[in-house]
Amino acid sequence: MTAALTAVASELGGREAEAARRRSRIAWVLLSPGLVYLVLFFVAPVAVLLLVSFYERVPGGAVGQTAPAFRVANYSDAIVEYAPQFGRSLLFALIATVLTLAIGYPLAYVIGVRARNRPLLQGLMLVLVIAPFFTSFVLRTIAWKQILADQSIVVSVLKALALLPADARLTATPFAVVAGLTYNFLPFMTLPLFASLERLDVRLIEASADLYASPIVTFRRVTLPLTMPGIVSGSLLTFIPAAGDYVNSSLLGTTGTSMIGNVIDARFFRVVDYPTAAALSVMLMAGILVLVAWYVRRAGTEDLL
Amino acid sequence: MTTSSTRRWSLGRYLLPIYAGVAFVYLLTPIAYTFTFSFNDAGKSNLVWRGFTLANWQNPCGAPAVCEAVVNSLEIGVLATVISTVLGTMIAIALVRYRFRFRATANLLLFLPMATPEVVLGAALLAQFLNLRVNPGFTTIVIAHVMFCISFVVVTVKARVASLDPGLEEAAADLYASPSAAFWRVTFPLLLPGIAAAALLAFSLSFDDFIITNFNSGNTDTFPKFVYVAATRGIPPQANVMGSAMFLLALLIVVTGQVLAARRRRAAAAAGM
Repeated sequence: MTAALTAVASELGGREAEAARRRSRIAWVLLSPGLVYLVLFFVAPVAVLLLVSFYERVPGGAVGQTAPAFRVANYSDAIVEYAPQFGRSLLFALIATVLTLAIGYPLAYVIGVRARNRPLLQGLMLVLVIAPFFTSFVLRTIAWKQILADQSIVVSVLKALALLPADARLTATPFAVVAGLTYNFLPFMTLPLFASLERLDVRLIEASADLYASPIVTFRRVTLPLTMPGIVSGSLLTFIPAAGDYVNSSLLGTTGTSMIGNVIDARFFRVVDYPTAAALSVMLMAGILVLVAWYVRRAGTEDLL
Repeated sequence: MTTSSTRRWSLGRYLLPIYAGVAFVYLLTPIAYTFTFSFNDAGKSNLVWRGFTLANWQNPCGAPAVCEAVVNSLEIGVLATVISTVLGTMIAIALVRYRFRFRATANLLLFLPMATPEVVLGAALLAQFLNLRVNPGFTTIVIAHVMFCISFVVVTVKARVASLDPGLEEAAADLYASPSAAFWRVTFPLLLPGIAAAALLAFSLSFDDFIITNFNSGNTDTFPKFVYVAATRGIPPQANVMGSAMFLLALLIVVTGQVLAARRRRAAAAAGM
């Protein structure tokens, strides 16, 4: 009797294990093409970058010629020489992130909560947030450069109204670079915020008001915590690309506003100094990962993907 | 209680939409500028207004390099979108529906490309291509774009997969549908809106990318790269035409989709009654 039961049990267990094996096989069939792709074209390149960052340049060799080495000084030299650009990148990106949040949150609230019962209006507003991508952000940044140029209408009007001193300029300043970053990454902040706010249950806000909470308290204790995932992913999607950007600072700024991306770009293409460019890239990536890990832990959203 | 709270909310009622309106003006000002200057009777440089003309719109390929770059961007965008959407959708389904080992590693592998600045991704890929003695060009741009689009596709589709009721697929199985029939006839149609959103996102990321492209493009021009390079010696007004046309086209396509969806919703509601 027991023997028969054991046989049945093991037969059933075998069938279950067989099903589990089949399911995990399907999972791997689905996963592997994409993951192999990422290993080939993300992991391997980053490993090569790490390797090259320790190489040394061959004195008197051909342009861009390097030799395998373990030269840690690539890092210390780079950090000493480019500390200001590193600092500027982080500072500009941080200010731009705060500004995009300040502009994007109310915007996303209007689209996601206020326009909830008007799907056409909501759709139109969403499109207007996304569609600028198709004009090309380089073209839009150049448009800003023209709009804020010294002889432009905007600047003339501001000066005529004495809102701007007569000798002031808007382009080629840190202000212009930060404004450009804020502008270009606003959709990256607004869309995740919208995704969070769209799901916000307004009955919770009503309940909070019924319990005599002021709108400010309601916002701080109800709305804000519920939309935290959107805030976290929005700020990451803004801060990370902004810290590595060099288009805004090269089109809207001067050498005095250059960021670490400008240095990496110049080291790669103009100086053709691969080891330094690689060392700077590795430091930028590592620095950002540390910041991201700290931020995600503080914000308490582990589940980013 | 009602009166005071109503008054406070009504302040918010007008303040917020006004704020959003200002934000939209901010978002759309450079596009209005680009659009306006696409009608400029520009000579060599399109910096000052020199009179209205339709010539640029009638002959958008008057500056051949602009057209060539736009065609490249469109081709790269379509290829990168198709490949990354297929790979990303498969990963998203596996992540939500199946248990497997190394899940944390897979998640990390998908998160890292999004947490890496473009300049680093671009530099790393170029270092790799130089190492393998591959000449950068059209193909390397597509490879790079697929790489950074996959993670965004996964995130977008995953949300949709997670919101599906697995019971639907089980019901299909109970009705003697084979697993593949259950997937293609039940799950896939329900996933389509998520997949479409992911594809749209991938296309717009690819079409608008400059930094990674600039590292891995060799002599091939994409639209953003053309504009960036041309910026120093003057951008032809045809570039403004292309930028404005793409914006209007995107607007038209999505608005049409919205209107059709609204009409279908209304029809469904009417049928329900």
